[in-house]
Amino acid sequence: MYVAVKGGEAAISNAHRLLADRRRGDRTLPAIGIEQIVAQLGLAVDRVMAEASLYDRALAALAIRQARGDMIEAIFILRAYRTTLPRFGYSVPVETAEMQVERRVSATYKDLPGGQLLGPTFDYTHRLLDPSLLRDEAVEEGLQRDGEIEPVMRVADILSSEGLVEDDGQLPEGHVPGDLTREPLEFPMERDLRLQALARGDEGFLLALGYSTQRGYARTHPFVGEVRIGEVEVELDMPELGFAVSLGRIQVTECQMIAQFKGSAKNPPQFTRGYGLVFGQSERKAMAMSLVDRALRAEEFGEDIVAPAQDEEFVISHADNVQATGFVEHLKLPHYVDFQAELDLVRRMRREYEERNREEPGEDTLEAAQ
Amino acid sequence: MAAVRNQPSPDQEAAARKRAMGLLAKATRVELAGAWEALATRPAVTPVRGPETGLVMVRGRIGGGGAPFNLGEVTATRASVRLDCGVVGHGQALGTDGEKARLAAVFDALLQTSEHAAAVERLLDEVAARLKADDARKARETAATRVDFFTMVRGDD
Amino acid sequence: MTDTQIFSGAFAEPVFDAQAVFRTVMDCMARPGTIGTISAVAKPPQPLGAAAGAVALTLCDHDTPVWLTPQLAKSKLPGWLAFHTGATVTAEKQVARFAFVEKGGVVPGFDMFSQGTQEYPDRSTTLVIEVDGFDGGEPLALTGPGIRDEARIAPAGLPEAFVSLAQANRALFPRGIDLILVSGDEVVCLPRTTVIRNGEA
Repeated sequence: MYVAVKGGEAAISNAHRLLADRRRGDRTLPAIGIEQIVAQLGLAVDRVMAEASLYDRALAALAIRQARGDMIEAIFILRAYRTTLPRFGYSVPVETAEMQVERRVSATYKDLPGGQLLGPTFDYTHRLLDPSLLRDEAVEEGLQRDGEIEPVMRVADILSSEGLVEDDGQLPEGHVPGDLTREPLEFPMERDLRLQALARGDEGFLLALGYSTQRGYARTHPFVGEVRIGEVEVELDMPELGFAVSLGRIQVTECQMIAQFKGSAKNPPQFTRGYGLVFGQSERKAMAMSLVDRALRAEEFGEDIVAPAQDEEFVISHADNVQATGFVEHLKLPHYVDFQAELDLVRRMRREYEERNREEPGEDTLEAAQ
Repeated sequence: MAAVRNQPSPDQEAAARKRAMGLLAKATRVELAGAWEALATRPAVTPVRGPETGLVMVRGRIGGGGAPFNLGEVTATRASVRLDCGVVGHGQALGTDGEKARLAAVFDALLQTSEHAAAVERLLDEVAARLKADDARKARETAATRVDFFTMVRGDD
Repeated sequence: MTDTQIFSGAFAEPVFDAQAVFRTVMDCMARPGTIGTISAVAKPPQPLGAAAGAVALTLCDHDTPVWLTPQLAKSKLPGWLAFHTGATVTAEKQVARFAFVEKGGVVPGFDMFSQGTQEYPDRSTTLVIEVDGFDGGEPLALTGPGIRDEARIAPAGLPEAFVSLAQANRALFPRGIDLILVSGDEVVCLPRTTVIRNGEA
């Protein structure tokens, strides 16, 4: 039962004032600017955009500053903001094959058209703290290599030319892509809706689930067919003009995870795929997403559903960190009346227990022995 | 070619406008404001709609090329304006910059006037050149991180 | 693209005008039978009237497919709605969130539109019907939530079977369509909760 109680107003107001003070911190230091967050904490910004499901670097940086760097709080703030804006429409699907690639690596082919492009990666760094970053030392620009730039071919296309890997996922003709921001979730769901939920899902949760599939909980023996990061064009149909117009470009990370499939009566053995697509530069998230996408297709392939990562309702219902934090954190809000009722109940049960034990000593032991 | 340009088909006209609006979306506000200031004559502009900020749901494709799915939203701002000659222009761009969208709409309208089309084309060429240079520089930087595999001589003899 | 009929005729102050119209429609929904006045000026393409246009600008958006009578569908209205509200026109009455009928237009049976579901009764169609006026027609007696004892209106220009259509709709509660009647700059709302009887007795 919920009962309205008054009296916290002054305390709340003062707490918010104190929050603003602590957020600003030491006044002898310059305040951090939104542009600085965008430029120097870019991957934090990308994570907030991905999990808030709203691509806007300046707003995500503002949310991070407002949340004092608490990522889930920042995601929450950005999610709340998006509800204040009207929907203009759905974009034309972005073409990741035509991406302006900044990084592309494949674990399945050493030499492939376009090559292994490492880009700005943490891979092969030694993960040693770098004292030079304690000072504001001059940083060299990236080197440039001249010469012909090869088109970066999709790994999926290389394999599919032999028919050894399944095609890109299709849904029945006329299927309207589900939109969880418009309709409440119902289970079971199609893969399109699952991918939307995973794309905004919590990175840590998906990482743990992806990891669990590697450790044997729904093993699929995966290979990274390809990870690519870069910019894609966002186009929107303009009804008043009768054609689609570019709004600009956004950065996305895409992962094609290739997994085994032993084949069935209807289909010969071939490789299957899990797919990950995430706003910004977020390789770990895209890889985890593709592992979980593949695990959630267990039923489609007639695989036994034995592990948490294969349980659609479990995964999708718990992937959203805004929902999760809302329900977990609400526990700290006043439950005085609720608890009072529980307290009375426990007191009564204790009384009954003690009375019973006084009247019939030893009965509990007898019952236990039976 | 000149004859074709004088009598563009509706398809060519749509393709040209699509290119122009796409470039205007990628122009910076500074570029647009500078080009507006540089115009010899500036027509009166009245708003038709906006500028207004909203959301576009970005779609991806399953597996990269399959059925569409909803990836997440992006902020976008759009504006429509009318010049004093009656021509209507539309502007749209990612982000929340209303003035940029309004200026893009102005240039979309100006492109449809014989008086200002040439000036707009100059602006479009500048924007296209900047984008091309940026993309080329990034591509060269990425190319410098390409792995050049070579095989070590095996020492098993 | 210099089609003035499509690009003009929206609210002068989109936010404040839409808020004012929303307030009027909300109050009228809360007090069925009360005649509200829409102060914001909208000039939709003919033959849709001003009040219906204002309601469309206020309530329709990208997520609300709109059904139009054949007469309205072949006017400039679809382009006007798309440009100013983002709403698309649908030929399917079942998927329409709003439906508009111009003055004198044929009103389809209410049961042809979406009635919502038991779980989501809000997923129903709201019909906006233009009438000749709110007096001079068949008198209607209204009772139900939001009405103290009984409200009476006599809208002119409703279909003959209106009372029986409305009663069948009421019987579906919590499912059913909601009605917004408009005339000139006036509006009357008849939500599905309102019991509508012939008011002559």
